[in-house]
Amino acid sequence: MSDQKGLSIHDRPNSYIGRSVPRPNAKRLMQGRGTYVDDIKLKRMTHVVFVRSPHAHAEIVSIDKSAAETSPGVVSVVTGAEMAESCEPWVGVLTHLAGMKSAPQHCLAIDRACWQGEPIVAVVAETRAQAEDAADLVAIDWKVLPAVTEMRTALDPSTPVIHPDLGDNLCWQREFEEGDVDGGFAKSDAVVEKTFTFGRHTGVTLEPRAILADYDPGEEFLTVYQSTQAPHMLQNIIATQLGLEEHRVRVICKDVGGSFGIKVHTYPDEIATAALSRRLNRPVKFIADRLESFQTDIHARDHEIKARIGISNDGTINAMEIDDVTGVGPYSMYPRTSGIEANQIVNLVGSTYDIPAYRAKCRVVFQNKTMMCQYRAVGHPIAMVVAEGLVELAAAEIGMDALEVRRKNLAADDSYPRKSITGMSFESLSHHAALDRLLEMMDYDNLRAEQAALREKGIHRGIGFATIIEVTNPSPAFYGVGGARIAAQDGCTIRLDAKGNIHCAIGVTEQGQGTESVIAQVAATAVGVPMDRVRVLTGDTDVTPYGGGTWASRAAGIGGEAAGLAGRALRENILEVAGIMLQAEPETLDIRNGQVVDMADGTERLGLDEIGRVVYYRGDTLPKDFQAELVATKHYVPKGYPFAFTNGIHASYLEVDTNTGFVKLLKHWVVEDCGTVINPMLVDEQVRGGVVQGLGGAFYEECLYSPEGQLLNGNMADYLVPMAGEMPDIIVDHIENPSTDSELGAKGAGEAGTAGSPAAALNAVNDALRPLGATLSVNPMTPEQVLRALGKFRLSKLR
Amino acid sequence: MTDVTLTVNGKERSASVPPETTLLEMLRSKLNLTGAKLGCDVGDCGACTVLVAGKSVNACLMLAVQANGRDVLTIEGLATAEAFHPLQKTFEELASLQCGFCGPGIILSAKTLLDENPDPTVQEIKDALAGNLCRCTGYTKILEGVVDAARIMNGKQDAA
Repeated sequence: MSDQKGLSIHDRPNSYIGRSVPRPNAKRLMQGRGTYVDDIKLKRMTHVVFVRSPHAHAEIVSIDKSAAETSPGVVSVVTGAEMAESCEPWVGVLTHLAGMKSAPQHCLAIDRACWQGEPIVAVVAETRAQAEDAADLVAIDWKVLPAVTEMRTALDPSTPVIHPDLGDNLCWQREFEEGDVDGGFAKSDAVVEKTFTFGRHTGVTLEPRAILADYDPGEEFLTVYQSTQAPHMLQNIIATQLGLEEHRVRVICKDVGGSFGIKVHTYPDEIATAALSRRLNRPVKFIADRLESFQTDIHARDHEIKARIGISNDGTINAMEIDDVTGVGPYSMYPRTSGIEANQIVNLVGSTYDIPAYRAKCRVVFQNKTMMCQYRAVGHPIAMVVAEGLVELAAAEIGMDALEVRRKNLAADDSYPRKSITGMSFESLSHHAALDRLLEMMDYDNLRAEQAALREKGIHRGIGFATIIEVTNPSPAFYGVGGARIAAQDGCTIRLDAKGNIHCAIGVTEQGQGTESVIAQVAATAVGVPMDRVRVLTGDTDVTPYGGGTWASRAAGIGGEAAGLAGRALRENILEVAGIMLQAEPETLDIRNGQVVDMADGTERLGLDEIGRVVYYRGDTLPKDFQAELVATKHYVPKGYPFAFTNGIHASYLEVDTNTGFVKLLKHWVVEDCGTVINPMLVDEQVRGGVVQGLGGAFYEECLYSPEGQLLNGNMADYLVPMAGEMPDIIVDHIENPSTDSELGAKGAGEAGTAGSPAAALNAVNDALRPLGATLSVNPMTPEQVLRALGKFRLSKLR
Repeated sequence: MTDVTLTVNGKERSASVPPETTLLEMLRSKLNLTGAKLGCDVGDCGACTVLVAGKSVNACLMLAVQANGRDVLTIEGLATAEAFHPLQKTFEELASLQCGFCGPGIILSAKTLLDENPDPTVQEIKDALAGNLCRCTGYTKILEGVVDAARIMNGKQDAA
């Protein structure tokens, strides 16, 4: 896409595209001046604490709140039945996931609790300590019901149905078949079958979920400070559930202490907090504590997948098949639903490759555990572990190098655009170029030699690979078509101030990725000003254009494009004014480094401050029939492709201690292609952070439950997250294959790290253990699992 | 109620607090110093790290009265009016932090290390940060930031 009135954004003088500039907001965060929700205090502010269900499944026989109501400092104690007068329930289904069903979910349970941690009673007091003390005085008489916790038997006729009105415990299922699957397996020289098991894990944002709601009855206006990824979506949801119009709800999202997909959902305690503020006409603050985070933040990845691959001796993959079951808690999460992860797995398994036949089935079932929903790299790490795990096992089976199998089955880099077997449109992927680059980076041959030499000494090191694709820049095909009020478009309003600086308000949001930096880089480049003259504002529904926020790696690709378009429009508006002032054709002028210049030779003609002065204060000096417009708004929604798929490849190098089962991570490499890289420094560390979260799920993180549905490790001492000491050096490089769907050409990069690191790590562990005849097909690969695979785990001896 | 007097970032500050009040609670609620964060409330995450008498502590695990009469340094007191601390400077330049929630704790843990060991190895830095969780980054730029800051503090490299 070329710019008729100037250069494309990639050719602009003083371009910031591709430069590792520091983030404009870094200085503030470095001084402890970040403003997270718990840092905000309002006058007359109250605090809410929730009495939560201690049982996974139990009937509420009675609630006695009289002692709590008279406890010191208590403002209000509200039960589910009372709250139902203030807040409508919601149902988490999407129409394009055909047949999906779920039950109405209330923000406080009314008759029955369906998971341990479900909010039952809200206690509001002048201080948090007073609310906590009073919460202990709420007496609930429970009748414990049988808990459905095992997803594998959730659909058995003998298993109780959690929501009798739904008929069974099935939330959703999908079956897919393309090509001659049975024929493909029949003609294969080897068929490898494996059951892959994935533990539940969760986001563990360092800032817990948080909301401060402030209802002003005078204006009938609710201001909500929230730690969220999607302010406009929450504005819509809060307004709808509370029976308000959207223009009476303002969601402000200042600094967000990590999100990773955790903070883009409708949480009952957060909606209850907004409703309480409206009931009480006072500000109400809710900050989840760490136990509440573990019990009520969405979980993800609880899947068991039976999978097989058919391969010929020449390495041709003939067919793949998966059968997935996943347990998602008692309700489908609103509004994204809890079916997307399974749907992604069906779509993504094997789609890295050009395979002729594929059959897939997924069943999403209800259970009495914490709800599951979309967390960073939704479905990707699972799909990649299954597909890439099978490819390496199959390669070993036919005695072929796993990289050769990949080269043979990856679609050629010059064969795009093309569709995957599941019908996903790929604009342009660079699998082969990425693989070649990776092998150069890691010095593959020497690494194999080192591995062989150490093997002689009884040291078991492994090298594993994983090719990936990543879903980014979603169009309305992701959620909008299914009826969800989730914006795929995003907008940017950009204006010149009276001193020649740029103010840029945008609908995408910042949770640490560097959104504000890349938007400033794009806006500065598009207008033609130094970056320090750009102010970016995000996260305020009263101020920014309507947008979707930041999720599914959309901020740079979609928000960036909107900023680029708006910046160019403002430049044209400015040059129209400059043309009049200089008596020149606007086409002969440009803006460079904050100055209006002659396009031809760069001669400085006019400062932007002078444009601002004349337009804002001396409009009388401009022609009578001319009205200057020093503000521009542009929106962007992807049109060419439903998603901007990216690709990449990971490699993991590690050492397994076969006596203890501990795995030492030595090194990790990633080559990925997110199209145009706007800020390499930020993209690289974004990828590394993703790798680390993926490795967390691969080796350490798991929400453990008792058979009764009690979470056993709801704290950071028992739920292990990766720390600096465990993590390997992570080397990142890129292939840059820009999308032609937008001028900027940026695709997302937030999930590539998480998508591939578990698969590469699993393959590396299996590579290390192969001579010992052991294979793992489970995440997390705890020492226990490694020892089990080695046949060294004997419970009787340990007890 | 208990009267607690601290020297916080060089200034004497007093508050009357219930005896169970943690140092973190006193800093955040009574003194309006919100740089130290509540991440887990049990000393696992390190987001509440401050320096008491020059040593890094989890302010969520220390009672305010235990710090009575002592020097407390929070992130708000690390930079002077003229300049960032070298750690803040290198962390900014390298984009060592993402969401920033862990940052004050990590920077202060790293400062304790560099005060005691001006030329640490990468392994020593990892050990010093063993109590600080960062959930966003790959830790790579944090480690580089500490290495670079040590170099600046040792005068081995120009601050630029």
